[in-house]
Amino acid sequence: MNRELYGKLVFELSRPGRRGYRLPDNHIGEVHTEGGQQPPVIADALLRQQPLRLPQCDELTVVRHYNNMSTNNFGVDTGFYPLGSCTMKYNPKINEEMASHEAFVNVHPAAPDNAVQGNLELYYTLQRSLSEIGGMAEFTLNPFAGAHGELTGLMVIRAYHDARGDKARRKIIVPDSAHGTNPASAAVAGLEVVEVKSRPDGTVDVDDLRPLLDETVAGMMMTNPNTLGIFEKDIPEIARLVHEAGGLMYYDGANLNPMLGIARPGDMGFDVMHINLHKTFSTPHGGGGPGSGPVGVRAGLEKFLPNPRVVKIENADGTMGYRLEMGADALGSISATLGNFAVQARALSYIMSLGSEGLMDVGPLATLNANYVKECLKDDYLLPVEGVCKHEFVFDGLRDKSEHITTLNVAKRLLDHGYHAPTIYFPLLFHESLMIEPTETESKETLDEFIAVMHDIAREARETPDVVRNAPHNTPITHPDDTAAALNPVVTFDALEQTEE
Amino acid sequence: MIRFSESHEYVRVEGDFGFIGISDYAQKQLGNVVYVDMPEVGDELEKGEDFGAIESVKAASDLISPVSGEVVEINEALEENPRLVNQDAMANWIVKVKLADMSELDDLMNQDDYESFCKNG
Repeated sequence: MNRELYGKLVFELSRPGRRGYRLPDNHIGEVHTEGGQQPPVIADALLRQQPLRLPQCDELTVVRHYNNMSTNNFGVDTGFYPLGSCTMKYNPKINEEMASHEAFVNVHPAAPDNAVQGNLELYYTLQRSLSEIGGMAEFTLNPFAGAHGELTGLMVIRAYHDARGDKARRKIIVPDSAHGTNPASAAVAGLEVVEVKSRPDGTVDVDDLRPLLDETVAGMMMTNPNTLGIFEKDIPEIARLVHEAGGLMYYDGANLNPMLGIARPGDMGFDVMHINLHKTFSTPHGGGGPGSGPVGVRAGLEKFLPNPRVVKIENADGTMGYRLEMGADALGSISATLGNFAVQARALSYIMSLGSEGLMDVGPLATLNANYVKECLKDDYLLPVEGVCKHEFVFDGLRDKSEHITTLNVAKRLLDHGYHAPTIYFPLLFHESLMIEPTETESKETLDEFIAVMHDIAREARETPDVVRNAPHNTPITHPDDTAAALNPVVTFDALEQTEE
Repeated sequence: MIRFSESHEYVRVEGDFGFIGISDYAQKQLGNVVYVDMPEVGDELEKGEDFGAIESVKAASDLISPVSGEVVEINEALEENPRLVNQDAMANWIVKVKLADMSELDDLMNQDDYESFCKNG
């Protein structure tokens, strides 16, 4: 690619008067509506005084610009993407075909129930599938993303306590290894976050939990397996203690992938859960969505789920149908529509194409892949928690820290080799966290190549540390100033020009 | 006199007042600081409770107060230039408090103890 010409912004390629098409003069003249009325005139105050500053380019320049830019993208379709905690699995193309079916894409969001029976059936079928997978009584698919699901689930917990008149319960217990969204969602839900510590093996410290449990506890949020990829083996005991104290158990579905068909949050004592369809059920994500964070509840909590709910009904002629229902005890509405429908269509397509047998292979293969990479790399990378992990694991940087090569350096060097970087500096339990999640969709050959590259980087860190320290060397942009980007973001071309002046 | 907490805040004691900031070790671990979320003058800090947050290119962390007391001044220079924390964490304190209970200082570490705490931690 010619970076001199095509590595620029489209505004920089603009030349005055350059254009793709020349339209003929308007020869129709002024339009009069029926009855001879003049079309409404827009007030001068509302009219733009300066012409809109659009780039002026010929069609060929525009085509090359966007084609070249598209090749700078990186996704699962381009290469290995071991971003821990994000479950960047392959998204089968049949999902796209189903989601873009013309019967779905041309539906108006406000269409009446009887005109969109197919959409409602899809929603209901997925809702039932997720309930079976999660061991829950019912799901709402309305939340737009994982954190939106957390907020919805916590609002269910609040509604449950409030409905019993127990309004003093405002405390949510969150492990110190939790995803940052957990305390954030709890705060948005008007709850107070209390942290519970981890044991050295990364699991929740039951002894640290006990004294936190009192009559102000609304519930406890947990991710299982946790963010270190370790199964919380004390979960029945934890659930018992929280329930005895009157609280509810919330399951963060971020790490549901290794559990599919093997273990169900409902059976472990969780009362409320969310699922990230975009992770576990294979829909494209990263870069801000669209996601989907369905929320499931155990029997007895259904009435608090947000409006509208999709219910199955018997029609007058004896056939089955679906309609939207607004529950009186619902916590309200959390979305204008029934959530991100296209994501739901992809997820159901994934579930139905794998079938229950295929779904039950997901967890064991994801777990095998993660353990294989972990065991092959632990000679060069520091493994703080030994033993079998689930779908992901965390290294605490390189074993050999004599050259002060950081996790950030390693991650940037991986970019040179055409890999997406793993998750770094999360969880916060270690200083040099490097979190790898290969997912079940990668072949042994791909994993072996990645392992070889990780070993090469460890060797470089010992022998030619500057190569790693100064990485990346061959990406389109090498060393952006991330501090300046956070402090003074430049997000428009006008702002860029002002900085340059 | 200067004392450190296990969550890497320091308090430098001058008379009845304490200047609270984050340690040089914490500053190094965080990396370039991009934002310091500070309390307001008049707020009451409670030992062991968070009183703000510090955000770096790597992570956002709560600031945990090593002592109790009323905020009498905040370091306004950090609003404009949070990187001062990286340049000299010990000189660029975050809040100045009127110490409520001098005996709270006894639970904190002195310079030597803190340094060995960091080495072993």
